[in-house]
Amino acid sequence: MEFVTTPPITELRKTPLNAVHRRLRAKMVNFGGWDMPVEYPATGGLVREHQAVRSSVGIFDVSHMGDIRIRSGRTPGGALAAVQHLSMNDASRLAIGQAHYSAMLYPEGTFVDDVIVHRLGEDDYLLVINAGTREKDISWVRENTKSFDCVVEDLSDAYTQLAIQGPCAHDLLPKLTDANLAVIKNYWFTHGTVCGLRNTLVARTGYTGEDGFEIYVPSDDATSEMVWNKVMEAGRQFGIIPCGLGARNTLRLEAKMALYGHEISDKINVWEAGLDRYCKMEKGDFVGRVALERAKAAGLTRQLVGLEMVDRGIARDEYCCSNESGDVIGVVTSGSPSPTLSKNIALAYVPPAMTALGTPIYVQIRGQKCKAQVVATPFYKRSKKATMPQAAANV
Amino acid sequence: MAYPANYRYTKEHEWVDVNGDVATIGITDYAQHELGDVVFVELPKVGAKIEAAKTFGTVESVKAVSDIYAPASGEVVEANDVLHNTPEKINTDPHGAGWLIKVRLAKPAEVGSLMDATAYEAYLASQSKEASA
Repeated sequence: MEFVTTPPITELRKTPLNAVHRRLRAKMVNFGGWDMPVEYPATGGLVREHQAVRSSVGIFDVSHMGDIRIRSGRTPGGALAAVQHLSMNDASRLAIGQAHYSAMLYPEGTFVDDVIVHRLGEDDYLLVINAGTREKDISWVRENTKSFDCVVEDLSDAYTQLAIQGPCAHDLLPKLTDANLAVIKNYWFTHGTVCGLRNTLVARTGYTGEDGFEIYVPSDDATSEMVWNKVMEAGRQFGIIPCGLGARNTLRLEAKMALYGHEISDKINVWEAGLDRYCKMEKGDFVGRVALERAKAAGLTRQLVGLEMVDRGIARDEYCCSNESGDVIGVVTSGSPSPTLSKNIALAYVPPAMTALGTPIYVQIRGQKCKAQVVATPFYKRSKKATMPQAAANV
Repeated sequence: MAYPANYRYTKEHEWVDVNGDVATIGITDYAQHELGDVVFVELPKVGAKIEAAKTFGTVESVKAVSDIYAPASGEVVEANDVLHNTPEKINTDPHGAGWLIKVRLAKPAEVGSLMDATAYEAYLASQSKEASA
């Protein structure tokens, strides 16, 4: 057997909770230059972590992600103008306290990164970006907002970001905060005292396809550890366990959420990735818009589809897709067993003519052609609960 | 978990249990722990020839594919096909019910050059020292 050996620890970046993960004897891995927990065998491992998020609640350290704040300069409106220029979604539709999914594009209409844009204030925005693209994104933002009257701050190292995800998250978090979470709808956020920390951002966002929250606390080790421990304590009655990047990946894959470097990259455009609904062409100009118009007119040569394995075998990232005759016609971007569905699933780029549901697609697995079929996505959708969020008892 | 004293072990974390000229082969407790929950196993067919130090199959967790290397050369006389439906046996009983294949050894002397249980345990200890250095 061969194992990927972890590089010398001193060369990797660490989040403030690194010592906590090591104390919990997490299996650590190099993720984009960060020393991160992939799973925690002592409390169950990947499959159990995935199941915990789907059935009760799990906690993730996602502090490796980045945060860029864009505020107005001397005259109001500069920050919005800058965000509108950078981001493909329409930030003018955000209310204060609201967030949305978007992306920053290159002039070619391909992806710099995907991003969650939060409107913090009148002319004040927070962009949460990927860990692996932190430096690239901050340079991109600074470079492309020079002509706008705004202030750009890299706050990535200022926050420890924790994701508390699962149906019991909205029962857990009220135990730790005075913020009125009951009125925060999906993709909205608020500020409140969390674990005694004033003015803490609490967002109803996540990357799992379940209900949940992401909280942003000061990044010093002591505070970070205090909050982690308090969340674990408050979650004990719900069976909370720590969850790593392994479960994070299987959860987001089932929910058909894109991962940079896989479904989206600097070589893939918005239409191919199927992210049309987050791209508001009618809002006015933004970086990449012209190229996208041209690409739409020219027609697509590939499209992202969901696959389910039919033959025995697991399709994995970067495996080739072929037709019945064995000609290579596409590629798997992400593939894995699905713990919730007990099937082997994948996302793949294939020709537009092969995107109809039920179309057979063959995945090359170690030299063998294994049959899969195109299926609808997302692979998993959480059940809708009661219409209005119930008022939570005050802490 | 103790490593059976009568087995032999490879640096790639396979074990061999020789009975006459037939050897049972599997992966060690260390290997299954590193892998995590096994979800899929690919084994050679009966009659297939395997060659020492070359791969003969794969064991997969949710996260990773791991090649299995043949500790010795020979012909497959039995494959543990029950693992197709219950791959978790490799996690729960890696040295017993989680066996992978039985092989008629072509050169039984090859097994003699493998580590015994004491040497394998020492090898594991030295590996973990390196990892935390």
